[in-house]
Amino acid sequence: MLDIRGLTASIGDKPILKGIDLTVPAGEVHAIMGPNGSGKSTLGYVLSGREDYTVTGGSAMFNDADILAMAPEQRAAAGLFLAFQAPIELPGVNNANFLRTALNAIRRAHGEPELDAVQFLKLARAETKRLAMPDDMLKRNVNVGFSGGEKKRNEVLQMAILRPKLAILDETDSGLDIDALKIVADGVNALRGPDFSALVITHHQRLLDHLVPNRVHVLAHGRIVRTGGPELAKELEKSGYAGLIAEAA
Amino acid sequence: MAAVTETLDTVQSVTQSGYKWGFETAIEMDFAPKGLNEDIIRLISARKEEPEWMLDWRLKSYAAWLTMEEPRWARVDHPPIGYQDLHYYAAPKKKAGPKSLDEVDPELLKMYEKLGIPLKERAILAGVDPDTVENTQIAVDAVFDSVSVATTFQATLRKAGVIFCPISEAVREHPELVKQYLGTVVPTADNFFAALNSAVFTDGSFVYIPKGVRCPMELSTYFRINARNTGQFERTLIIAAEGAHVSYLEGCTAPQRDENQLHAAVVELVALDDATIKYSTVQNWYPGDANGKGGIYNFVTKRGACRGARSKISWTQVETGSAITWKYPSCVLLGEDSVGEFYSVAVTNNHQQADTGTKMIHVGKGSRSTIVSKGISAGHSNNTYRGLVRMLPGAANARNHTQCDSLLIGDQSGAHTVPYIESRNLTAKVEHEATTSKIADDQLFYCRQRGLSEEDAVGLIVNGFCKDVLKELPMEFAVEAQKLLAVSLEGSVG
Ligand SMILES: Nc1ncnc2c1ncn2[C@@H]1O[C@H](COP(=O)(O)OP(=O)(O)O)[C@@H](O)[C@H]1O
Ligand SMILES: [Mg+2]
Repeated sequence: MLDIRGLTASIGDKPILKGIDLTVPAGEVHAIMGPNGSGKSTLGYVLSGREDYTVTGGSAMFNDADILAMAPEQRAAAGLFLAFQAPIELPGVNNANFLRTALNAIRRAHGEPELDAVQFLKLARAETKRLAMPDDMLKRNVNVGFSGGEKKRNEVLQMAILRPKLAILDETDSGLDIDALKIVADGVNALRGPDFSALVITHHQRLLDHLVPNRVHVLAHGRIVRTGGPELAKELEKSGYAGLIAEAA
Repeated sequence: MAAVTETLDTVQSVTQSGYKWGFETAIEMDFAPKGLNEDIIRLISARKEEPEWMLDWRLKSYAAWLTMEEPRWARVDHPPIGYQDLHYYAAPKKKAGPKSLDEVDPELLKMYEKLGIPLKERAILAGVDPDTVENTQIAVDAVFDSVSVATTFQATLRKAGVIFCPISEAVREHPELVKQYLGTVVPTADNFFAALNSAVFTDGSFVYIPKGVRCPMELSTYFRINARNTGQFERTLIIAAEGAHVSYLEGCTAPQRDENQLHAAVVELVALDDATIKYSTVQNWYPGDANGKGGIYNFVTKRGACRGARSKISWTQVETGSAITWKYPSCVLLGEDSVGEFYSVAVTNNHQQADTGTKMIHVGKGSRSTIVSKGISAGHSNNTYRGLVRMLPGAANARNHTQCDSLLIGDQSGAHTVPYIESRNLTAKVEHEATTSKIADDQLFYCRQRGLSEEDAVGLIVNGFCKDVLKELPMEFAVEAQKLLAVSLEGSVG
């Protein structure tokens, strides 16, 4: 489970997260909503260890380990996965090769045997099939020439193959049509279980219809200003963030 | 930017522990005295039991060299080379030359084992009878300092009519072929280093593929500089007669030393009608330490002549070693519809300097050439692509396409692209594309978020960047080259 206390973080001299308290128990899916620029992506980056961000206070424990003290790849090995809001292109790097190298790095960290190309492809094909994605997704270069929607689906595929314990999805549903939206929800739902938690950053109730969250949090100006059940998302869809933020201020 | 500062710190603390081929082998050596003069050339020629005409050729080259000056146009910088301070001949102390592997010094064989590359050669050089090894596709000529120590698979090749032997042997056994072709692609006075090589070359490989023959296996030469203060001047001559086909691989290493060592090779290729020569190099000479001390000065002249119609010469090189690389494998496209290709990856790290590229000289109608160059610079290194495409008046409808990409790691390294394009035929087309990119912090972070270490991430991104070139290498070499890329960039990022 994820336990964040009093987390503050800056970019350069600019404070972005101003004291986040958030607990996601094992087995739960929590949604994070909030206006643009409120710090949602920053939270994802800080938890996964991006270097441009400086943690200035507070803590983040994941299954009793201090993840903020770990290198990004150690966090990945510990089971943390971030589906990027804007996935990165890796020219010339084959998706399958990339994912196999990543999966094997994680397996090595756990003392598990590495998968050879054949074993990996079998596993990867099973996932593309389950997520109704074309096989050539694996052959193409990582995100190069992918449409916005394909990039997002590729993040879901990577998540399905790497099987994280904590998935952070940063607006993975934005810009997707209804069918693709279902893929995102299916991707998360397939991993659901007692050892899996997710933080799903979204602007849309539609995704949450398929992915009924245990809790919904509203982030504004670097703080969580409201927490509620799934009904909070529905309320926000109707009334917007404005009232909430004013109330909290 | 945190990542960049870290990169610099790490590069500054990097040592050349990455060079795993830096050992020296204790073998009794037979040296010529230091220095260069006519007597030394006579001595080399005598040691090689050469005929008179060969000695004359050397002496003429020497006379030409004396009148020449080191080229200064390359973007490389080095203290003056003491040409009188080198041994121009160094050979393992032995009889006339080993006739079979059993006669090869076991220390030498152990060394090849230690080198670990190329994979298949090791098994063969470790003493296995090559003609009993199944599925082995590579014949090897290993050159140790100045002397060829073992050429495997002679028998199998001879059956196919292929001649593959040390060039010193070819001078004695196939003088008519050597006389006909030697120095016809790279004339003795072509340039300073070629003239020097022509005067003092000690060994190298000779290949002749007769008409219509597809060489039944890959041919490979393995070069190793071992002795201190020796120059290595090998000479390679490959001839593919009408319709012949050959793929040739070249690998190189040297021990780790504080002083610089000179390597000045000449490679000449001749392709007649419908012949194809594919020449692949993985160059891993010692690059010097993190502060730029030591390393090989690699001044090489490689040129192929597509003399026949529809002939094809393809150069593929992966250059990760040497303190200085000065190398422009070129094609002279004489034949109608002849094809020249140049695929290159050049990696420089620490204080390495590479000025490399190609020349495509289009003479024949409808001749085509492709240039794909990938330069990667890390540390304080400098990496220059220098390429000439020349379309002569007769080169109607000739085509060239050049793709020239540079990748920078850190912000103290330099990448330079120097294309020279000369067209004297209005129907000829020349296209040149160039890009420069950096490994972005967000690419590294994306990889690390997925579980890759930073070094694995750099390896993956660099290999992706070089893919178009690596896929041109024969399988075994491609795997070696990928590992070599990773090793030579070790420590280039935090
Ligand atoms: N690299 C950056 N440099 C400076 N400010 C940034 C940078 N990235 C994000 N910010 C600022 O941090 C704040 C939070 O951004 P972000 O976490 O992306 O918000 P959200 O994902 O909620 O839209 C915004 O004000 C944004 O402008
Ligand atoms: Mg965002």
